[in-house]
Amino acid sequence: MASGKGKSGTGLARQSGRGRSEPELPQAAVSWEYAPAPESRDVVSIAPEYGLFVDGEFRPAASGKTFATVDPASEERLSLVADAAAADVDAAVAAARTAFDRVWRPMPGSERAKYLFRVARLLQERSREFAVLESLDNGKPIRESRDVDIPLAAAHFFYYAGWADKLEHAGFGPAPRPLGVAGQVIPWNFPLLMAAWKLAPALAAGNTCVLKPAETTPLTALLLAEVCQQAGLPPGVVNVLTGDGRTGAALIGHPGVDKIAFTGSTEVGRQIAASAAGTGKKVTLELGGKAANIVFDDAPVEQAVEGIVSGIFFNQGHVCCAGSRLLVQESVADAVVDRLRRRLTMLRLGDPLDKNTDIGAINSRQQLDKITELSAAGEAEGAQRWSPPCRLPDKGYWFAPTLFTGVSQSHRIAREEIFGPVLSVLTFRTPAEAVAKANNTPYGLSAGIWTEKGSRILWMAQRMRAGVVWANTYNRFDPASPFGGYQESGYGREGGRHGLAAYLSA
Amino acid sequence: MARPAAGPVEFDVTDIATSDAALRQVLHGLPGVDQVGAAERAAALATRSIKKDAKLRALDMAISMVDLTTLEGADTPGKVRAMCAKARQPDVEPPPAPPAAAVCVYPDLVAVARDAVAGSSVKVAAVATAFPSGRASLAVKLADVEDAVRAGADEIDMVIDRGAFLAGRYGQVYAELAAVRDACGNAHLKVILETGELVTLDNVARASWLAMMAGADFIKTSTGKVTPAATLPVALVMLGAVRDFEQAAGRRVGVKVAGGIRTAKDAIRYLVLVNETAGPAWLTPDLFRIGASTLLNDLLMQRSKQRTGRYAGADYFTID
Repeated sequence: MASGKGKSGTGLARQSGRGRSEPELPQAAVSWEYAPAPESRDVVSIAPEYGLFVDGEFRPAASGKTFATVDPASEERLSLVADAAAADVDAAVAAARTAFDRVWRPMPGSERAKYLFRVARLLQERSREFAVLESLDNGKPIRESRDVDIPLAAAHFFYYAGWADKLEHAGFGPAPRPLGVAGQVIPWNFPLLMAAWKLAPALAAGNTCVLKPAETTPLTALLLAEVCQQAGLPPGVVNVLTGDGRTGAALIGHPGVDKIAFTGSTEVGRQIAASAAGTGKKVTLELGGKAANIVFDDAPVEQAVEGIVSGIFFNQGHVCCAGSRLLVQESVADAVVDRLRRRLTMLRLGDPLDKNTDIGAINSRQQLDKITELSAAGEAEGAQRWSPPCRLPDKGYWFAPTLFTGVSQSHRIAREEIFGPVLSVLTFRTPAEAVAKANNTPYGLSAGIWTEKGSRILWMAQRMRAGVVWANTYNRFDPASPFGGYQESGYGREGGRHGLAAYLSA
Repeated sequence: MARPAAGPVEFDVTDIATSDAALRQVLHGLPGVDQVGAAERAAALATRSIKKDAKLRALDMAISMVDLTTLEGADTPGKVRAMCAKARQPDVEPPPAPPAAAVCVYPDLVAVARDAVAGSSVKVAAVATAFPSGRASLAVKLADVEDAVRAGADEIDMVIDRGAFLAGRYGQVYAELAAVRDACGNAHLKVILETGELVTLDNVARASWLAMMAGADFIKTSTGKVTPAATLPVALVMLGAVRDFEQAAGRRVGVKVAGGIRTAKDAIRYLVLVNETAGPAWLTPDLFRIGASTLLNDLLMQRSKQRTGRYAGADYFTID
């Protein structure tokens, strides 16, 4: 105020000398550190060793081999799990075939639904146990496993339970039939949730399943197997085989498998598509992504910044639909990046079991190496790297949230999926340029559009080659909404009525 | 014309105050607020788990930020004196709790409150400008303010003319704010937006900026007489506004949340919002206040529980 009261300070004059690149937090008169608030790990008991879940029972691998699964936040060994090989795959597929022929396929849909509802309710009842176990085995913050992974997994079972007796009304003809035995291979980023995405529609449609969780995150799938037992699911309807890529390959190549569902890297997806060609197996693939989060100059900027943060830093960026490329209109790029930096300084990295942790651990040494390598490539190619001041724990696998500015489409960090907490910032001038840049990727899983102009949202959405387009939000999931990709992000849809199509023949 | 999505809003205040159109250009040029996103962010921050030392700190901070309030037709000097005693010394158990920030009363009881808090750090705040509706002529509103200031109010909690704001007569709202501000003299001006009547978060952001541009020392959510009163998403938007205003104008404006905040848990949620939106610099009674009538005892009860590990009965806390 030019005529302001003296005591109120400088009125509306802009402060001089404030640089664009380094937004300052107001000097703290006080600071208020949150005390550690760890969720108790006593709610879950982890056995020293786990067998394979075949034909309704846990049993060791035929070879007797095991491997360790570790807590990526501490590198501490959590348990030993059985390493399934070809003989185990044979047994699991045979059990699934028998269960399909004798029990699950003949069972009325309304009866199948009861089992699925029961599993859903048990997931809710044991949600704390699942959340803690997921955070221990995966490294993700308990806030996310508690508020996202587990509730969504239960919601998926509830949703598909509702379809089980209504398949003839799902739009796939008057009498759609299940495919048979589904071989399902899932990744480590959302271990339980991906298991739910795979099992719930398959079981609702009348298929039986052999599920292969990721090597580094087998524990919640095994707890889910226990829940299947608890729910009284007939033996063989769900089988869980732990192991590495070889186990997955054996399962997918098994002649007794009628349907392959895979979520994981594009590289492996390609091999699967090649191996399944000509076998008559139906295949759905949910692969990588390099999604653009597009921010226009008329975006609701505070919420856009939140969306950018959750787009790339949710689950440490281990999300196939992560908004790993920020496309921001050049006229507001500096201002948006300033706000983004200020916001990133508020992120709390550390103990995944602490209820106030925003960023947890990277899932494995191997993944950490990949993120480190690609980030180094970003710097070498001339992009400017920035991370908020942030102390990384001494033990475990950690990577600070990282922002690259001055990125162009030709940089590796703008093209390759990093699958980590690394955001590449690019700019555009016009909506058409935004579309061209967003689509200029071999992937096509998801996109985000931030603008207060409704007509522009529709105009953009029609032009995006992406399976999911979020408007003024990001990373929102609902079991009723189909999810899946274009191009090298895979094919087939999971979720919603569309998700049933992958498990039915009309 | 595309609106600037971010960054300091650049303007010359002497020009914009002159017309509705110029003010509209500035206020409607602010970045929009997405209701769903703001609610989501507020809900996410509400899951912060504040334990142990952090909780003790929070409880003491919250006590020191309370504007202990009585705004009833039945208010009497005796009631106000009792409340002032409570504000000065909220708890008798050692270690002593900090005094409340202020007491908040109607203008006719300012003199009583002034005497009752004399010699303490507790400020006297008066609601004025035809509180709570604000439906009176400017002359009456100014007289109301002058009356309270003359009686010794340190702080004036005024209400904006929501009718004029919703009708787009921003110039009128601004002029009124400026006139009240002048009438305040040395008293601090808190501007009540009554966000429950503004309804949209876009309006909350615009009213926040309008008040700050007109010289508010504090922006305040509600009178407490309208439902909804303070909510987390509204506070989130206002805290973002004061932070952005400091960037643009170099002046820190405070935020007061009022209405419906009854539990320590609620109060701590607001403190988390302050800490992670405006920043820790706002964690002082000079820049953040909680207007409440019944909150204080829950804060005290939680404080004693945090120290002793057990809950004391309600009768161990005074009901002044």
